[in-house]
Amino acid sequence: MDLSQIYTEVITEHNRSTHNRRSLPEVTHKEHGHNPSCGDDITLELDIKEDKIIDAAFTGTGCAISQASTSMMIDLIKGLSVTAAKEKTEAFLGMIKGQKTEAELEDVLEDAVILANIKNMPARVKCAVLAWHTLDEVLKKQLGQ
Amino acid sequence: MCENSEIRKLFPAIAENNGIIYFDNAASTQKPEIVLQKVAEYNRSGHANIHRGAYHWSVEATATYEMTRRKTAEFINAESPEQIVFTRGTTESINLIASSYGRSQIKEGDRIVVSLLEHHSNFVPWQQLALEKKAYLDFLNIDPAGNLIESEWDRVITPGVKLVAITMMSNVLGITTPIDKIIEKAHAVGAVVVVDAAQAIQHQKIDVRALDADFLAFSAHKCFGLTGTGVLYGKKELLESMPPYQFGGDMIEYVTKEKTTFAPLPEKFEAGTANIDGVIALSAAIDFIEEIGWGKIREIEQDLTGYAIQKMKMTDHVIIYGNPASMYEKGPVISFNIEGVHPHDVSSILDNVGIAVRSGHHCAQPLMKELAIQSAVRASFSIYNTKAEIDYFAEKLKEVRRWLGYGS
Ligand SMILES: Cc1ncc(COP(=O)(O)O)c(C=O)c1O
Ligand SMILES: [Zn+2]
Repeated sequence: MDLSQIYTEVITEHNRSTHNRRSLPEVTHKEHGHNPSCGDDITLELDIKEDKIIDAAFTGTGCAISQASTSMMIDLIKGLSVTAAKEKTEAFLGMIKGQKTEAELEDVLEDAVILANIKNMPARVKCAVLAWHTLDEVLKKQLGQ
Repeated sequence: MCENSEIRKLFPAIAENNGIIYFDNAASTQKPEIVLQKVAEYNRSGHANIHRGAYHWSVEATATYEMTRRKTAEFINAESPEQIVFTRGTTESINLIASSYGRSQIKEGDRIVVSLLEHHSNFVPWQQLALEKKAYLDFLNIDPAGNLIESEWDRVITPGVKLVAITMMSNVLGITTPIDKIIEKAHAVGAVVVVDAAQAIQHQKIDVRALDADFLAFSAHKCFGLTGTGVLYGKKELLESMPPYQFGGDMIEYVTKEKTTFAPLPEKFEAGTANIDGVIALSAAIDFIEEIGWGKIREIEQDLTGYAIQKMKMTDHVIIYGNPASMYEKGPVISFNIEGVHPHDVSSILDNVGIAVRSGHHCAQPLMKELAIQSAVRASFSIYNTKAEIDYFAEKLKEVRRWLGYGS
């Protein structure tokens, strides 16, 4: 597998981008996610009002893949309804499991489809899905699941 | 031609896998052909359970198993074979001590001392024992270079300390500890000392009698043997006074409906069918080490370690952890970070070019906290590694930051 498929410009950009790495002025939901094996550690902050994700941000530390994945996720879910965000979550996790192809998901996941290649790097799958699982915890509670 | 090409030929996984540079020897070593052969030979010529059958195969297996016990005793200079208990590994050996000796001897208010260099397997059992018994857990601290702070010992190792648990070599920093001095101090206040030799075992001759160690543990898979096999050494009077750790077959003398009497040492601590394959492999691994010789092993390892450190120090953005006063106190284990790149990314990037290094907390979270880092990359060498491999590694280290979009 060609590593450059994963460590592409996009990841690099997202990893170094600071726009999603901050604390929100108003937080309705806060969720902590952690990968003990590599030490990825994020705290997701959400401002959800009337079933809509008004704003989202994160703080934490970890590898480039976990941090980039978190940042890309935040770009994708900001402004969405809880149900729409849940759909994206399922699309992303489905892509990593290899149940859906990148081409099918291009419109739904935008930049985040580049992480599809992670399925060829079993040691790093946990890094890519950390943010999405953390978000899923919040969404499930919100949807009463 | 590399300096140890003859040694490389003795390891099929090294000789036949050109392209993979294995630098994770602190986690587990590759196995020499002779070890693989001995295990295969035993199984091909007729395997049987030990200590049970009166028939030929069982008698043979028992003889080999007990011969290995004698060989292991000699290997670490124990007085007698019954002081060698075969376990699943270092972790089980230490848990055995904590469960059996610890639970029966440690009382409320007693003190247990551990160092901050410890692997979780020589840390958590003592922490949990202290919690269970309402005993105190005290620490031998390290300085920023990773060396134990000797000047504090008189304050920490005082009467009331019942047990000191200490590694001979840090699995993260490669630093060896002044184990003899610690044992002397501990004995002066009446404490017993549990020595974790998991890292030290593949690098140096260990003499439990010269050290006066009370307990010592190591794993076969870190010294060219198989996984799932370990050793616990203990002083005879301590082992004899300890209750069994697990109950079952092999460890009993008489069993009636009402009660059981236990077998003498060492069977008392070897409940259930033993890992015969693993013990036979350990026998071959010990022969292998003695054939190569400690002098040669030490020479190759010191040479590689010094060379690697020198190369890494010349590489920009590389931070090395653990700097002992002299290179003589450093085993072939180097933990480092590359500025701006998470260790997990470093190991994926190096894996992509065929270099196997470890990243993470290395089962030593208290130590990572002391070093004020969350994780690190670790390169660790063995006798089959070469300077040419280190050259390649150093070249590739220089490229790591570019993958993450840095200019250099
Ligand atoms: C210093 C040290 N102690 C203990 C252990 C645990 O050994 P095992 O996993 O074989 O029980 C290790 C292995 O990584 C180690 O390096
Ligand atoms: Zn990660």
